[in-house]
Amino acid sequence: MSATAAPAVLARGESPTRRAIRRFLRHRLALAGFLVVLTFVLVAILAPWIAPYDPIETSWSRIRRPPSELYWFGTDENGRDVLSRVIWGARASLMAGVVSVVGAVLIGVPLGLLAGLAGGWVDALISRVADAMLSIPFLILAIALAAFLGPALENAMLAIAITASPIFVRLSRGMALDAKSTDWVEAARSLGNPPWRTAFVHVLPNIIPPLLVQSTLSIAEAIIAEASLSFLGLGQQPPAPSWGSMLNSAQRFLETAPWLAIAPGAAIFVVVLAFNLMGDGLRDALDPRADRK
Amino acid sequence: MSAPLLELRDVAKGFPVRDALGRRRGAVRAVDGVSLIVPKGSVLAIVGESGCGKSTLGRLALRLIEADQGQILFEGEDLRGLSARALRARRRDMQLIFQDPFASLDPRMTVEQAVAEPLRLHGIVPRAQEAQRVAELLSRVGLRPELARRWPHEFSGGQRQRIAIARALASEPKLIIGDEPVSALDVSVQAQVVNLLQDLIRELGLTFVLISHDLGVVRHIADRVAVMYLGRIVEEGPTAQVFGAPRHPYTRALLAAVPGQGHAHAPLLEGDIPSPINPPSGCRFRTRCPYAQPLCAEQVPPMEGTSHLAACHFQQNLPPALVGQDAETGGERLRRLQAYFTDQTQKQGELA
Repeated sequence: MSATAAPAVLARGESPTRRAIRRFLRHRLALAGFLVVLTFVLVAILAPWIAPYDPIETSWSRIRRPPSELYWFGTDENGRDVLSRVIWGARASLMAGVVSVVGAVLIGVPLGLLAGLAGGWVDALISRVADAMLSIPFLILAIALAAFLGPALENAMLAIAITASPIFVRLSRGMALDAKSTDWVEAARSLGNPPWRTAFVHVLPNIIPPLLVQSTLSIAEAIIAEASLSFLGLGQQPPAPSWGSMLNSAQRFLETAPWLAIAPGAAIFVVVLAFNLMGDGLRDALDPRADRK
Repeated sequence: MSAPLLELRDVAKGFPVRDALGRRRGAVRAVDGVSLIVPKGSVLAIVGESGCGKSTLGRLALRLIEADQGQILFEGEDLRGLSARALRARRRDMQLIFQDPFASLDPRMTVEQAVAEPLRLHGIVPRAQEAQRVAELLSRVGLRPELARRWPHEFSGGQRQRIAIARALASEPKLIIGDEPVSALDVSVQAQVVNLLQDLIRELGLTFVLISHDLGVVRHIADRVAVMYLGRIVEEGPTAQVFGAPRHPYTRALLAAVPGQGHAHAPLLEGDIPSPINPPSGCRFRTRCPYAQPLCAEQVPPMEGTSHLAACHFQQNLPPALVGQDAETGGERLRRLQAYFTDQTQKQGELA
């Protein structure tokens, strides 16, 4: 904490964000996770250009072909190229993962901040609803909501967003409670900040690190949820490709054509693992305890 | 004496005490009926042991916490009657400097953002002049303006406190309350920050309320001193008089606790402050006061005096306090004088 520790010549200091990025880049597994995620994102975006075949076009002449030079991951029971379907399926999975978590954050964080900073009956009401939702297993609640909303990818995303939001309520409420007792939040008030400004300009930026970590881990969970809903026919509707629905149709041919299950299964596994590694790395990089040298 | 900038009238605040099941079990009466006047352009110090309610009093005066009763008059206007919006606008005129400069700055705001925030909130300068004003404020508190784009974690405690002072000055306040503004700093840095505060007070004509337990600092910059004990003011007066001729036994004890201040006849404080949940009846200091009499348990002593006031039933009867004498031999003389004092008052009681 000595004054001389900071080189006085630099006019601009290192921001907490830059410092976290620097730490993250040193974390090898996390970086690997990040690169895998980045690859899948690029694949999803570039699907129309990199998929070797049309993912929907059926052909009676190439049903359940094993992997070959022409069809790297084989073909399915309707003669569609599995690789092309996995590539297009990345769109549904990643979009469902990201969109539903963004939705969960948009629902959960403002409610959590409100509960933590306002306190009283507002806090009691919001917290009890969140607790009640958390008491129901994640997938069961998502399935129930998706079934209620009707089978469509958009509805599945909405169902996952709602199901994933209570964890963000709880997290941001706890962090807001913590921040509320600090001097800098009291200072914000004493300077004349209105409550909403204290919440969004002072408290929110300070609780972003744990929210970011939780979001990354929640995306992994949301991808699994989307795959599960699609597996049950509640998500992406056929013939549009989705990893979950591919697994569903593959189960009938597990013994005769295992490649139908391996490719989408591996894709889910790798993406979820990558998101989790990235989340762990972010947690380490953003750990405030690492600030104390 | 000029018109009061801030006046507290019978202000009180209790914090509920709850048991493990959340039921109310009484209240900690942190501030219990405090009246004070802070004239414009003066420096008032509030001193007392930790836990006496002085920080709570500072926050009550700024309405950062809500008082249970009493009036808080700022330029004659009761802050307790203001709407939330009107109060926020009023905050421009009153600022707080916190004790811990490592906790009082938002870790995700650069120095420039922190100091510019009050400028923006209260529309003090146009955006275009913001950077220039921040630079002026930083140099005013002795920091190089080039440091504006750095982050709080890159600074030392003393530098951070200077940033906090610059932030407090930004809105051009009429009143600044400093809650132990130097006690978290290294001793070597304390003097610099105290001198900075003193210069600012003098040059900007600030009205300053210094909350402190450091009597050396208080003596250095305060015009008047209020001594607080268990939520009440027990003595208040001009600094020279309170330090030179303390009237309340508690003030004497506080002064005696400062090394080298050797006040004769000063009781040495023993034991802890009694619990504010269940404070002693009558005079709150009586449980630790060597001069306590039965009357002290029955009646709350009123504040008596004109400019220099004290709340002690026997303030006329206490042996005179001699400043700067026999710090070493004080103990023995003290005991003899106390014996004499008790003797005298008992005789008086019998005669009455």
